Amino acid sequence: MADGTFNLSDLSPGSSAVLRVLPITGTSFLRLREMGLLPGTRIKLVRRAPLGDPIEIEVRGYHLSLRKEEARQVLVSPV
Amino acid sequence: MEKSLEQPPEAPGTLPRKSERAVVFALVGNPNCGKTTLFNALTGLRQKVGNYPGVTIEKKVGECYSQHGKIMRVIDLPGSYSLAARSPDEAIMRDVLLGRRSDTPQPDRVICVLDSSNLERNLYLATQVLELGMPTIVVLNMMDLAAARSVEIDAEELERKFGVPVVRCEAVGGKGLRELRLAMSRSELPASRYQAPIPERVRAPVTDIADAATRRPHTEPSPRARGEALLLLTEHDGVEVAGSKHAPDSAQARLEKWTNQWRAEGFDWRGALIGARYEAIGRLCAETMQHGGLGAITMSDRIDSVLVHRVWGWVALSSVMTLLFLSIFTFAETPMNWIDGGMAWLSNTVRDVMPAGDLRDLITNGMIAGVGGVVIFLPQILILFFFIGLLEATGYMARAAFIMDRLMSRVGLNGKSFIPLLSSYACAIPGIMATRTIEEPKDRLVTILVAPLMSCSARLPVYLLMIAALFPVEQVPAFQKSGLMLLMYALGTIGAFCFAWIFKRFLLKGAPSLMIMELPPYRLPSLRNVLMQMLERAVAFLRRAGTIILGISILLWFLTTYPKPSAETPVDSPIAQSFAGKLGHVIEPVIEPLGFNWQIGIGLISSFAAREVFVSSMAVVYSVDEDAEEDARPLRDALLGARWPDGRAVFTPLVCLGLMVFYVFAMQCISTTVVVRRETGGWRWPLFQLGYMTGFAYFVTLIFHQGGRALGFG
Repeated sequence: MADGTFNLSDLSPGSSAVLRVLPITGTSFLRLREMGLLPGTRIKLVRRAPLGDPIEIEVRGYHLSLRKEEARQVLVSPV
Repeated sequence: MEKSLEQPPEAPGTLPRKSERAVVFALVGNPNCGKTTLFNALTGLRQKVGNYPGVTIEKKVGECYSQHGKIMRVIDLPGSYSLAARSPDEAIMRDVLLGRRSDTPQPDRVICVLDSSNLERNLYLATQVLELGMPTIVVLNMMDLAAARSVEIDAEELERKFGVPVVRCEAVGGKGLRELRLAMSRSELPASRYQAPIPERVRAPVTDIADAATRRPHTEPSPRARGEALLLLTEHDGVEVAGSKHAPDSAQARLEKWTNQWRAEGFDWRGALIGARYEAIGRLCAETMQHGGLGAITMSDRIDSVLVHRVWGWVALSSVMTLLFLSIFTFAETPMNWIDGGMAWLSNTVRDVMPAGDLRDLITNGMIAGVGGVVIFLPQILILFFFIGLLEATGYMARAAFIMDRLMSRVGLNGKSFIPLLSSYACAIPGIMATRTIEEPKDRLVTILVAPLMSCSARLPVYLLMIAALFPVEQVPAFQKSGLMLLMYALGTIGAFCFAWIFKRFLLKGAPSLMIMELPPYRLPSLRNVLMQMLERAVAFLRRAGTIILGISILLWFLTTYPKPSAETPVDSPIAQSFAGKLGHVIEPVIEPLGFNWQIGIGLISSFAAREVFVSSMAVVYSVDEDAEEDARPLRDALLGARWPDGRAVFTPLVCLGLMVFYVFAMQCISTTVVVRRETGGWRWPLFQLGYMTGFAYFVTLIFHQGGRALGFG
């Protein structure tokens, strides 16, 4: 993308990025925000599940799994 | 309604003096923060586990003593990441804390448990709770884990910032419990003064909504009213549960006015509020937390690089599951034999002591045999509960769900359904009770509905008897028999997944299930906790299912015993004369197209208590010596000798296979139905389950039998 952002689902395992845009509707994204995924938060993609989905991310010092479907709607930019 | 928002007139935190009512503490915290371990450590075995009326959420209340010997009550509330509820569990936590439930006294004080190794996220809920202005104790739990991550927390500084006692604790090792009990025993406990700043644009509306709620305009809102107004603003389609009061309508109206205005302006007020809270938390952490040696690969990461590995992950998962099943079938055998022997001894003792008659018969053949037939599965159920508890406590359960999620999502379920379904291969009851970890109500319901399709161990005796009748020649290779057995397991499993897909697609449509799940660091489990959890679940099963099973056993005994054959017309088997025998005759026209005669009908009816009863019923119907049950041959020979009135054999290979197929799908288990009723909070779903499973079993067996005959196998 022109502004240098890309989908969280495209992040490669082991690398980090900074969260930029998260959908503001939907209970799942509200919960993700309450769990600390906010614009400016640093995220590391730890690994993908053996079958490629879901993914495991590290955020604010803890590990969280979410499906690619959600990760596709989250925009991040390089650190 | 408005009352719930008022501050009590007396000073907060003062123990009630006039009445002798024990002080009530609410235990709140994030999932995986060690809250339940702390609860167990505080209250020991002085716990009462029940349900919140109207909902199927466990209500755990325990007691402990203050240092002055006074009783203190502790309510263990469901874990949550936020006061804004997303599931019924979280709604219960919010409503009990806010005193919105009439079935639970509003807690006088709050114990807020934090995972010190994960302070930032844990502080989100903690600051929400502190802002409610209730007397609170903050517990920094898992200090050992924090130390391992070289995280240092200045508890004294946090205490100054919050204005409430902050206690360091390691609940697993019992450290810090004395200090916590001391803090709990204080006759006066301060309420927190801490308030995270509210963004400028939302400040006036918060006061407005709080005023509307308390109907006291132009005054500084109480912390409680402010907290509730903030909660209303962040909640998104807030989940409501039966039995709770709602926020006042006046506040709702103001809320709608403001949110409509913001929506039109394109202002993301929820994001602003959540962002402001995390900013405040960031400042708190910067002033109280020291983080050394960042970036070190933790032990958990190293373990996960194997256990969630593309190849080794599957090896590990299948090894764990194999171990689980091996231990169920090997370790359970001996205690099952003891129970069997114990029941036989009890039966014989009653026979020796009591005079012959109907009462003796009722006790031995009705009550002891009926309850014994279910209690015999208790060792398996206990081992399953133990393993499930162990998997939960170590953190591996989340990894199994993580690995299996992709496969489970194909049928619309999520990874958390995997363990409950797998457990159901041993017994559907612990499987169904284990669905409590699934937060999405629809996913949980679908998992409950299909769990009994997994072939449980009670089906084994039926399969074995039919296989014995199918292969009367002893020389049949074992792999052929076990192949047939595997086929039955596969049939049930495929059925479960197909029905799950159908239910998700047509019956319980909804948002696609989510997989937002924390992967907690691996922990050495506390054996005491795992054992306590196991006992708690087993007692719940025995207490709830026990009484109904006893009732059904007596009913079945009555049906198979009365009316007695008259002296003039002696028959080979008294059961043929009984109500059950008559019922068998009544249903014969219905089951005849399946190739079943009325004797099999008796077996089907009596095995509603538990599937394996089919075997003993067949023994009674065909008058085979019951003591010979260790050896299947006499019964097998009797079955092979059974004839229709016109002389055709009853148990042809087609009928034997048909019976097996019927037992794969039919819902023949009263205990499961009772447990499903409890877990779903009504008779609607257990009856639906009984209907669809037994209906489908009939349908499939009918096609199988008639198709087989048309093809010339019969």
